[in-house]
Amino acid sequence: MTQPKPPLLEVKNLRKYFPIRKGFLRRVVGNVRAVDDVSLFINEGETLGLVGESGCGKTTASRCIIRALIPSSGEINLRTDQGDTVNIAQFSRAQLRPLRRQMQMIFQDPYSSLNPRMTLFDIVGEPLLVNGLTDRKQRTERVADLLKLVGLRPEFMQRFPHAFSGGQRQRIGIARALALHPRLVVADEPVSALDVSVQAQTLNLLLDLQQRLHLTYLFVSHSLSVVKHICDRVTVMYVGKIVETASTEEIFRAPKHPYTAALMSAVPVADPRLKTGNIELQGDVPSPANPPSGCYFHPRCTFAIEKCKTDAPVQRELSPNHFVSCHRAEEIKLEGIAA
Amino acid sequence: MEFPLDEGTVKAVDGVSLDVYAGQVFGIVGESGCGKSVTMKAILRIIEPPGRISQGKILLQRLNGKDGDTVDLAQMDKNGKEMRDIRGGQIALIPQEPMSSFSPVHTIGDQIMEAIRLHQSVSNKEARRIAEQLLRDVGIPAPEQRLDEYSWQLSGGLRQRAIIAMALSCNPLLLIADEPTTAVDVTTQAQVLRLLRNLQQQRNAAIIFITHDLGVIAQMADYVTVMYLGLVVEQAPVDDIFHNSKHPYTQALLESIPTVNMTPRMNLPTISGTIPHPFNKPKGCPFHPRCSKAIVGKCNLHIPKLKPISEKQAVSCFLYHDEEIA
Repeated sequence: MTQPKPPLLEVKNLRKYFPIRKGFLRRVVGNVRAVDDVSLFINEGETLGLVGESGCGKTTASRCIIRALIPSSGEINLRTDQGDTVNIAQFSRAQLRPLRRQMQMIFQDPYSSLNPRMTLFDIVGEPLLVNGLTDRKQRTERVADLLKLVGLRPEFMQRFPHAFSGGQRQRIGIARALALHPRLVVADEPVSALDVSVQAQTLNLLLDLQQRLHLTYLFVSHSLSVVKHICDRVTVMYVGKIVETASTEEIFRAPKHPYTAALMSAVPVADPRLKTGNIELQGDVPSPANPPSGCYFHPRCTFAIEKCKTDAPVQRELSPNHFVSCHRAEEIKLEGIAA
Repeated sequence: MEFPLDEGTVKAVDGVSLDVYAGQVFGIVGESGCGKSVTMKAILRIIEPPGRISQGKILLQRLNGKDGDTVDLAQMDKNGKEMRDIRGGQIALIPQEPMSSFSPVHTIGDQIMEAIRLHQSVSNKEARRIAEQLLRDVGIPAPEQRLDEYSWQLSGGLRQRAIIAMALSCNPLLLIADEPTTAVDVTTQAQVLRLLRNLQQQRNAAIIFITHDLGVIAQMADYVTVMYLGLVVEQAPVDDIFHNSKHPYTQALLESIPTVNMTPRMNLPTISGTIPHPFNKPKGCPFHPRCSKAIVGKCNLHIPKLKPISEKQAVSCFLYHDEEIA
C-alpha cells in the first residue's frame, strides 16, 4: 500500500469576521461572522462543490482560500507543486506572489469581470506578462493556444469583450484562469449568469478541461442540479458554518442534516409529474451579524429539540467521509433525491 | 412588436398569439432575448418608446360592466384613463426584482395604499385596513408594523411577498409574474411559489408566469408556451411539453439541463452555437442554424407558422406541417 497523497488543499477552522463599527470613535460593536469555523479539504483532481443560499459565506470562504481576503484566523494548507505543504493563511503579498499562479479563479459575472477596454490578447495575456513572459511573440502563441483550448478562434485575439456573447465571455474568463497552469481553480457560480443552452456548453468545457489538464475545482454554486452533475463531493454551508459534507452520491441519496434535505426539496424539478417542495422552510436565513443561539438552523428546523437551542453542534464523522453538524443526525430519517 | 432604432428595426416579438383563461397558470419559457418580457410589457402597454405594437390585438374580457365586455388593449391610448384603470386594477404585475420595485423613501404601507386608493374609492383608514389584510394573506408576520416600515428593512422573501400583496390589492383578473423568483434563494423561492399557487386557487385569477427556469415552469404552470427569438415555437399543456415535446428547440432545451437524477459527469447534450442577436436574426426559421433536424431549402428560407397538431398542442416547425408565415 502506498501512502495516500495528502490533500491538495486543506482548510482548518477558517474564520473571517467583518467588524461592525459604530459611533464617533468607530468602536467595534460586533462582528459579521461571514465564515465561522470552516474546515474542508480537496484532493488533487477532484471537484468539491460548495453549496448554500446567498449570504451563507460561500463566496467569502472561497475568496479567503485564494487569499483575495485575509482570514481572521485558521489555516489554509496548500500543497505546492514542489510537494511541500505551506500554510498561506497569513502570508504577505510578496510571499503569496509565487503561489498565486497555482490558484486561479473563474468569476460569476462574465460581463463585469472582463475589462471592456482590453482586447482578448491583453486580458488572457496579462497573467503571462505579470509572470515574466515578456516576449510578445511567445505570448501571442500561448494566448492562441489558450483560446483554442476553450473553444474560441485565435483570430478573435484583437477583439474587445463587447463583441462576445455571455457564454463566449465566460470562456475568455476560463482561458485567463488557465493561462498559468493552475492546479486549483476556484469557480464562483461560473454558470449562473448564463442561459440554459449555454450553461450546458460551459459545464461540458469545465469537465473536459479537468480531464485534460488534471485540474482541481472548488465549485461554488447555489444550483444543486449543476453541483450534482459535476462534483465528486459536496459541502453545504448555512450562515457561515458547514452543516454537512459527503460524497455527491451519498448526500443526494441520504442527506443527514435537516437543512440539506430542505434545500434539496426546495429545488423545482423539471418534470411536472414529480411534485417537489415536501419540506417547506419557514422564515428567513438569519443574519450572520446576529445568529441564533445553539444550532443556527434550530428556529427553522422541524426536528429541533431543547438541546439545539442551547448547544452548538460539533461536526462529526457519521460514516467514512460523511461529516454532519447536527445533534440528532442518527435518529432522524430524511429523504434525499432518488437517483 | 417593433423597436425602430438607429441601427434598424428590431422585431422583438413576431406574431405571438396566446389565450389565457381564468384560473389558469400560463407559463412562458425562453432564454434571454426571446421576447418573453416584451410580450408582457405589450399586454400592460408599458413599452418604452420608441418601441411600439405594429400589429395585433390584445383582448381582455372584463367582468365589470356588462357581462362579457371584451376590450382590445392594443387600440387604447396607453396613457388614457381606461388603460390606467386596467393597469394595476385588472391586470397586475409582479416584477422581477423586489429590490428595485419599491420606493425606498416611502413606507410599504403608503405604497400599497396608494395603489388601493387609485383604483377603489375608499377612505385612507379603509385602505390601510385592506393593506393590512393583504399583508396577512401573503403570510407576512406582524403586518400592522410592517406597513410602517421601509422596503429596505425587509428581507428578500418578505419584500417579494409585499410586492405580491400590492399586485393583489385590487383583485386583478390577470396577474403577470415576470421571473418573480429569480432574485431570491431556493428556499424562499419554494415559499413564494407555494404562496402564488394558493392565492391563485383562492381567487381564481389567471397568472401569466414568465421564467427561464424549466423546473419552476414544470412545478407551476398548467399550460406552457416556449419562445425563441420573438417567435412562439411550441404551445402545449405542461405534461406534453415535458414528456411529448415536438419542436427540436424544446427537445434540445430539455436535454441540455442537468437534472438531479441523471448520470453525473456525462457530457450534456448541448445546443450548438449561441442565440443570435435580434439585429441579425437568421432568415427563415430563427432556430434553423442551431437545429439538428433543419431541412435545407425550407427551414432556411421560410418561417413556419404556429399550427395545432393535436387538440391541445401547437408547433411551429416544418417537420410537422407545411404552413408558413407569408
